[in-house]
Amino acid sequence: MSTQEEKERLELLQGTLDLLILRTLIFGPRHGQGIARAIQQTSEDELLVEHGALYPALQRLESRGWISAEWGISSNNRKARFYKLTRTGRKQLARETVKWKRLTTAIGRVLSSEASEG
Amino acid sequence: MFRRKQKQSDFNSEVEAHIALEADRLKEQGLSDKDAQASARRAFGNVTQAQERFYESGRWRWWDNLRQDVRFAVRSLRRDRGLAFVAILILGIGIGANTAVFSVVDAILLRPLPFHEPQSLAWVAGGDGTGGLSSVSFQVVGFEELQRHAHSFQELTSYMPFFGDSDYTLTGRGQPQLISGVMVAENFFQTLGVRPAIGRLFTTDECQKGGRPAALLDYAFWRREFNANPGIVGKTVTLNKQAVTVVGVLPPSFDFGSFFSPGLEMDVFVPAVMDNIRGWGNTLAILGRLKPGVPVAQAQSEARILIHEIKAKNPNDFYLDTATVTGLRDHISGKLRRSLIVLWCAVGFILLIACVNLSNMMLARSAARGKEFAMRLALGAGRGRLIRQLLAEGAVLAGAGVALGLAIAIAVTRLLAHQGSVALPLLNSVHLDGTAIAWTIFIAVAAAVLFGFAPAIRIFSTNLQEALKDAGPGMSEGRKHDRMRKVLLVSEVALACMLLIGAGLLLRSFLGILNVDLGFQPSRAAVIRVRYDDDNNAARRGAVLQQILQRVTALPGMESAGITDMLPLGRNRSWGFAPKGKVYPKGESPDAFVQVVTPGYFRAMGIRLLEGRDFNWQDTSKSESVFIINQTGARRYWPGEDPVGRMSQGPGPGVNRVIGVVSDVSETTVEDSAVPEIYVPATQNDPEGAELVVRTKLPPDTLSSSVMKTLREINPGQPATEFRPLQYLVDHANSPRQFVVMLVTSFALLGLLLASLGIYAVISYSVTRRTQEIGIRMALGAQKRDVLRMVVGQGIMLVLTGVVIGIVGGLALSRSLMSLLYGVKPTDPATFISVSFILVAVALAACYLPARRAAKVDPLIALRYE
Repeated sequence: MSTQEEKERLELLQGTLDLLILRTLIFGPRHGQGIARAIQQTSEDELLVEHGALYPALQRLESRGWISAEWGISSNNRKARFYKLTRTGRKQLARETVKWKRLTTAIGRVLSSEASEG
Repeated sequence: MFRRKQKQSDFNSEVEAHIALEADRLKEQGLSDKDAQASARRAFGNVTQAQERFYESGRWRWWDNLRQDVRFAVRSLRRDRGLAFVAILILGIGIGANTAVFSVVDAILLRPLPFHEPQSLAWVAGGDGTGGLSSVSFQVVGFEELQRHAHSFQELTSYMPFFGDSDYTLTGRGQPQLISGVMVAENFFQTLGVRPAIGRLFTTDECQKGGRPAALLDYAFWRREFNANPGIVGKTVTLNKQAVTVVGVLPPSFDFGSFFSPGLEMDVFVPAVMDNIRGWGNTLAILGRLKPGVPVAQAQSEARILIHEIKAKNPNDFYLDTATVTGLRDHISGKLRRSLIVLWCAVGFILLIACVNLSNMMLARSAARGKEFAMRLALGAGRGRLIRQLLAEGAVLAGAGVALGLAIAIAVTRLLAHQGSVALPLLNSVHLDGTAIAWTIFIAVAAAVLFGFAPAIRIFSTNLQEALKDAGPGMSEGRKHDRMRKVLLVSEVALACMLLIGAGLLLRSFLGILNVDLGFQPSRAAVIRVRYDDDNNAARRGAVLQQILQRVTALPGMESAGITDMLPLGRNRSWGFAPKGKVYPKGESPDAFVQVVTPGYFRAMGIRLLEGRDFNWQDTSKSESVFIINQTGARRYWPGEDPVGRMSQGPGPGVNRVIGVVSDVSETTVEDSAVPEIYVPATQNDPEGAELVVRTKLPPDTLSSSVMKTLREINPGQPATEFRPLQYLVDHANSPRQFVVMLVTSFALLGLLLASLGIYAVISYSVTRRTQEIGIRMALGAQKRDVLRMVVGQGIMLVLTGVVIGIVGGLALSRSLMSLLYGVKPTDPATFISVSFILVAVALAACYLPARRAAKVDPLIALRYE
């Protein structure tokens, strides 16, 4: 555990958490802790997800109808609330992913051109 | 779309689950239980913060805020207990009075009549619809012709309106009893759409000559007299010595009296057998159901044409020239419309005054809390939140006011529905229903917004720094709010002034009516209904009546006694007659209200004999027919002549001689101008019943038992009847007006009380605020007198402004009272002047109390104050 803590992780950009949650759920229903875990693992521990901040985001996504939730039993026999992507959530994910890719490409271009001029 | 949100507890368990799951994972990685727990919590971050964020995103916050606002409002009002108590009381009275009056208006004017499709029911009156019963009712021939030919109507029906209080004697069930009954046409109940609660309606056979006598019972009468025993249907009872089969009981919603003869309860209904009354004069009141889509005006013009045709067919023995059709509702309550609207407005004024008063109180209160609000604003409270809190205070007060108001309204409507002395139609159907409660809630919300808002406006204009710096009462308070309070006070006084003017005018009219010369003396006289047996023999009747009167007059304490068949201010009828040697224009042939009386009746009633002689027992069927006429009749039919000794064809049998002239008596109402009246002797004409009038030396009540005993001795079949003071007739006739006048007057007094409370509160508040200023003035040499004058002067200026506005408003409004006034002009100076005086005097008193307090201020203490 100590090795992870020493590492300096990236803070999430505003608004990106929603996108990451939706993406994580594409592989099937997960509970909150699982989502947090998955984000951290797939980002190879680069991204810092404050677990507490996850829940208001889940709440928001649920109220928009992009995900739905249900109580269930986890693999290690604990009661947990499982989130699932809805049909509209899937569409939203596609839209957001395209948008995000365009944004990063554009920002990448600007940053690389600046570097060449400098 | 209303998506159910996750609950707080649900959210908490989810957070717990998360931490447990994370701890499990860490334990798998080899951490101890304790470390795993701590680490999981750390990774989660601030649990409370997460919960808060969750909470704020939900709508629970909104609900919690509301609950908090209400709790806070209750707490802060509890601190100002006195103010809250007064506010709730004022509001409760205002709302209660409004709801009660609304219920009355609703019952009489708004709610549909309890008949099937009541809007298509219409009333058909003879002539122009005015005058006594005889001039608005029809002969059988008229009714039948209309029934046959009037195409505007689906159905026409009729009843006989010449009933009195207790015309029928019910025997065979203990003591003989007098009950009220009315004869109705066969299709009467069908036309109205009334179905019997038990049994059936009349059959055609029962309505034919020689048919089996049948009766329907009124619901209340059935409960009272037959203990609600359904077994009575099909049995016979003895009515007027005749065995009558009870065929059914009418439903409780059908209260004949409250529709067609306010103040009288009808007990039984019997069929009107047309063949039995065919030869009679105008005896039927007609009503009917219009065909769908036919307007009243069309029925009216058709009826007019039909009446002309009937008249043409029966030129000599049909007594009507035209007919008037109105909606049934108009007939029943049309005349009351204006009175009730006035009442409604008056009570609305009360609510307005109450609201203005409360705004003023709340304003003063919020001014005192100015610093509290400024502090809370400075600490980050939203203005919206503060306003909501003030509105919540208003809502809490309004809620309590509604509870009190509803209690008052329920009590008042119960009282009104169960009283019997006010002769207003439909009054006993008054009750609080959904409409009335909706109305109450509407006015309460309006009131809460009105008086909650005034102080709320302040918050918008509060300048934080100014308010916080404000060291307290020493600083002069914003002029703007002072002005607002003054405007409110002036409008309150103006409203009260207008209300008092209206009430004053109505009260003066009412007093005028009480002073009208009735033509008879109601004091020390009483009436009792008498039954006697004369075997339909006029000669025998004379002997029986003479015996009754002699025995009754001989009782100790008795002054005089006489008998009539119809009392003034009750039911009435008119007869025609033709003075010899006179020709009258068409349609103006003489007729007059007629009473069949005995010798001594005039003395007993206190009717003045102006000329000629009274009847005596020598006027019999064998002697010359005679009659007596009143002054107005004499002037109209023998203008400029002495009528005594003149001859006339009718009103009695054959040729009649006028033997006397008596003073005019109020016949239909107290306020209408005098109409021709004639009196004929009971020894020569057939009376319809007998009302014994006694004039006594002692209070009439003390003689009631001895009179009843005497009557029983003469006729053992004499039923137990009420011994009614003659004044009762007058009160009954005046009761609708009295009802309105009393209510408007009490509302006006309430308005005056509220206004004076308002004046007191405002002046008293301003004195408290200015204690320091007054102290300085006194320290600089102002005398107590000066302070007194200053404070009172300030109040009186406001009151005078209000009175002037009120008088202008009163002048504008009082014209709409015109039709309700009697003997008073809407601009009656006496009323306007006395109202102004009363208001100013009350205002002086209300200002004087705080002013005296101001004058007692000790300059030393005042300067040290705060």
